[in-house]
Amino acid sequence: MDRKVYLDNAATTFVSSEVLAEMLPCFNTIYGNANSLHGYGREASAIVDRARDRVATAIGAAKSNEIYFTSGGTEADNWAIKGIAHAYANKGKHIITSAIEHHAVLDACKQLEAEGYEVTYLPVDRNGLVDLASLIHEIRKDTTLISIMAVNNEVGTIQNIKAIAKIAHEYGVLFHTDAVQAIGSFRINVQDMEIDAMSMSAHKIYGPKGVGALYLKNGVRIDPLIAGGNQERAKRGGTTNVAGVAGFGKAIEIAVRDMTINQQKLRQIREYFVGKVTDRIPYIQVNGHPHQKVNSIVNISFEMIEGESILMLLDLDGIAVSTASACTSNSLEPSHVLRAMQIPDEIAQGSIRFSFGKNTTKSDIDYVVDSLEKAVDQLRSISPITKAGRK
Amino acid sequence: MYSKQIIERFKNPKNAGGLRGANGIGKVGNAACGDIMKMYLLVNEDGIIEQARFKTFGCCAAIASTDVACDLIKGKSVEEALKVTNKQVYEILGEMPAHKIHCSVLAEESIHAAVEDYYKRKEKESK
Repeated sequence: MDRKVYLDNAATTFVSSEVLAEMLPCFNTIYGNANSLHGYGREASAIVDRARDRVATAIGAAKSNEIYFTSGGTEADNWAIKGIAHAYANKGKHIITSAIEHHAVLDACKQLEAEGYEVTYLPVDRNGLVDLASLIHEIRKDTTLISIMAVNNEVGTIQNIKAIAKIAHEYGVLFHTDAVQAIGSFRINVQDMEIDAMSMSAHKIYGPKGVGALYLKNGVRIDPLIAGGNQERAKRGGTTNVAGVAGFGKAIEIAVRDMTINQQKLRQIREYFVGKVTDRIPYIQVNGHPHQKVNSIVNISFEMIEGESILMLLDLDGIAVSTASACTSNSLEPSHVLRAMQIPDEIAQGSIRFSFGKNTTKSDIDYVVDSLEKAVDQLRSISPITKAGRK
Repeated sequence: MYSKQIIERFKNPKNAGGLRGANGIGKVGNAACGDIMKMYLLVNEDGIIEQARFKTFGCCAAIASTDVACDLIKGKSVEEALKVTNKQVYEILGEMPAHKIHCSVLAEESIHAAVEDYYKRKEKESK
């Protein structure tokens, strides 16, 4: 097992050398607390300011002070959902989200339900798209927030964010989007797209783990999630992770700078991969929207076999992928996303997510498809599920 | 997550595949929970299991468990085979993640299902 291929970039990416170079001085040279008044503090604070400017520029925010750094996408999601719901509780206690959100959003909603809030989980179609008509139908007088992810992390479907935001505003409802998988995939302009709040993460875009941000449009109220200091305009306590923030700022700047070239490359890789797999392996289905999707994620169901066993056989060949089914999260249930897309359980169980990165090459794909074909053949030969005429 | 024994059994199962002339076939599990196991037995006139093979749709632990179950019942009488427990299966496989123990239970159930089928067929024959 000499060769290694990493096709799990939607789980996390490596830290790029440009980003690492930006971060390193913050560990032992510019190590002041960004909130201290002295020179050390001011130096650190200048780094944080620059990172904030970079994030604001990357997403087209009106002002840099609309960026609040967090410990990652999960905190940003939790904060947006609970913080906005609490701040607007006197207006109403109804929230709308979708059935295919990340668990950071779904579990935050579950907590609100336990507090007496009502949450509507919008269904999606077979391609994973939220139906706008049913969204309009579900908006009520007491609805305060609509939260729909920009890109689904399992199948890569891109939602009609701008249209959803417009609908929300027509009814006087705030709009939040989890954009963790969207940054770097297509241009995001929060003003043009009328986004009120947006969650972001550094480690999906060649930045470090443990840092992210919430964009919150000025004028939108939010209750703090983490108390304990006047950092981040007194909305998020805790000493600023200067190195992390510096890395995030650089990572998002690069993600926007290199977007066109990266996407061109990813599209070629994606088409090469899907073409090859379709040619060589029968009885598969590619999940997600046929074209309204990101280039970096491909989700494929291999019929008659189970995803985790495919993952393990690939792993034995040094290849890293992810099961869309929830085996890895210690649950026996098939993925909530594929279920919401009405994909039958036995097909959902055989799903694998391949997510490409900017370093993925065609030669990597050749190696993976060879290994994949072998794995699928091996598992199908011992599967009790049969199909007439199968290979 | 998985022990060496599980990985080895999963990679190179000894008893995988169908069995021509099987006179006891049992199927347990369902796709919704991610495991389907089919056990094939060839029982001779003295009631001894001469050959046992399996086909499994499921994770590594499921495939490894059925493979071990086949080993455990080969050469035994059907009555003895019914006494094989899931504990014996996972003890051979070494450490098994808690949420995968059900795979060994399913393997035990697949033996029972196959033996039951064998009894049914025998009953039919004698009629």
